[in-house]
Amino acid sequence: MRRERVPIVVAVLATIGAAFFILPLLGLIVRSPWGDAIKALTAPETIEALKLSMIASLSATLIGVVLGVPLAWVFARVEFPGRNLLRALTTLPMVLPPVVGGIALLLAFGRRGLVGSWLDTTFGITLPFTTAGVVMAETFVAMPFLIITVEAGLRSMDRRYEEAARTLGAKRWRVFTRVTLPLIGPSLFAGAVLCWARALGEFGATITFAGNFPGVTQTMPLAVYLLLETNQEASYILSLVLLLISLLVLVALRHRWLGSA
Amino acid sequence: MSLDAAVRLTLGALALDIGLAIEEGEVVALLGPNGAGKTTLLRAIAGLVPITSGHVRLDGKVLEDAATGDYVPTEARPIGFVFQDYLLFPHLSVLDNVSFGLRSRGTPPRDASEKAARWLELVGLNSYARAKPNELSGGQRQRVALARALAPDPRLLLLDEPLAALDVTTRAEVRRDLKRHLASFPGLRLVVTHDPIEAVALADRLVVMENGKLVQTGTPGEVTERPRSQYVADLVGVNLLAGHADHGLVHLTGGSVVAAAAAESGEVFAVIHPRAVALHQRRPEGSPRNVWPGRIKGVEMMGGRVRVRIAGDVPVVAEVTPAALKELNLDEGAEVWLSFKATDVGVYPA
Repeated sequence: MRRERVPIVVAVLATIGAAFFILPLLGLIVRSPWGDAIKALTAPETIEALKLSMIASLSATLIGVVLGVPLAWVFARVEFPGRNLLRALTTLPMVLPPVVGGIALLLAFGRRGLVGSWLDTTFGITLPFTTAGVVMAETFVAMPFLIITVEAGLRSMDRRYEEAARTLGAKRWRVFTRVTLPLIGPSLFAGAVLCWARALGEFGATITFAGNFPGVTQTMPLAVYLLLETNQEASYILSLVLLLISLLVLVALRHRWLGSA
Repeated sequence: MSLDAAVRLTLGALALDIGLAIEEGEVVALLGPNGAGKTTLLRAIAGLVPITSGHVRLDGKVLEDAATGDYVPTEARPIGFVFQDYLLFPHLSVLDNVSFGLRSRGTPPRDASEKAARWLELVGLNSYARAKPNELSGGQRQRVALARALAPDPRLLLLDEPLAALDVTTRAEVRRDLKRHLASFPGLRLVVTHDPIEAVALADRLVVMENGKLVQTGTPGEVTERPRSQYVADLVGVNLLAGHADHGLVHLTGGSVVAAAAAESGEVFAVIHPRAVALHQRRPEGSPRNVWPGRIKGVEMMGGRVRVRIAGDVPVVAEVTPAALKELNLDEGAEVWLSFKATDVGVYPA
């Protein structure tokens, strides 16, 4: 095949565009104090932040799957008035500034919030500025990624497999667990990984709704930001760790994003 | 003990309105062109599409009745369904595909696997039990689909174009196997097809439908000898004319008159086999009483013979030898005379 000649203007702009992504990553790698890496990574604050990040993001993913898959199913399979509006509302956090999400969560679940004051007076439960609050903030921001991915999977699957299962005597639950779920497996996996990656990197909604208490609500991104003020070298190393995790996510989803070729 | 279905429903451009009965032990083939509503009728019987009026009864038990609102859901109907592209579950092994129906209906895992394995043996695929469907050939998939539908022991087996997904070379072999398996299944069998060879090979009785309606039913012999629609006539390869018979003359709808050696009168169909139609360059003289001019519209080879489509007052297909084609100079667009004897015209009531 003849190679396409690249117009000079396109080549220059494309090069600048690529450099814009590569240079910051390069800076992170070049300027990181590799000699102090072990020390920074094994510092108690780091371990604590990493542990909290993992627990919170995995919990957010689990909640996302448990609540998001049924929601996606409803969006894909049930026609009801206001469906598009509801879908828009549940995907809004993807485009909403996370800080605004955090404030909205405070107004709903804060001690004097719509639901929060009732939770506080009736059960004595307070959510903001707790680890549970971190999970909520991350779920709020990350679950939409799972919902839209799973809904797309449900819409593109061949529903006649479900009909075949029904002609074989399978009731709805069996059809869903034995046929529908396995068939949308790749979408569910991709959605869960995206959801988890987004939860792991969550900053704005978390710091607004849950605050920044080491060991309780201080996740990795929050720790990185704080260290930037007190210990820049350590913050570079933690940034690298987050970069590495993102890279792993990208590799896990390579068939989806980078093509199988 | 039988199937008794009267199905009326509208789905997009299709208006289905058909009654269908299958007697004990019968293999019925549902034959019709694409878009006739064959698959939709099958899906209605299985409960996959709702009917707007009518009923579906199996062995006297009501599965669906639009008048009373009774509806037995698909999963509770004792009906096996072999889909056109088989729809084997791609994530399950061949064995798990076959045992799926047994497990769904409450058979314990061990028993279900044993029974499924016996079914695989029956269709000659026991060595593929652990394979995934995408590792099988088209013919093997068809057999798995059949085993999967039969394993839960249905009363009625529905097959939607069971051989359409296969290439021509394997089709004949798979058709022979399918016929054997259908014969050993004791319940009612309904096969959808648009292939007349398949229909004749597999079925005791043909039901021909067009545009959502029944146009003809009977044994393969009855249907092929006395076609009642252009579709069936084309399938069988004969010329079908419709008209009003009176004293040995059939007055066609277009105004032409065909002489026939038959005593029928009233509304009739007339069939003329293409072999009985003779072609001439000039107006022939002699005994044939039916003589027309026409223009050649198309010429095609069919085995060792040539089928010539002739346009004119009465469009007719003639069958001649390649030698005759050459001798008569029968090119497309050429003027030609055709003739056939009154005794070669079969007439029967419409």
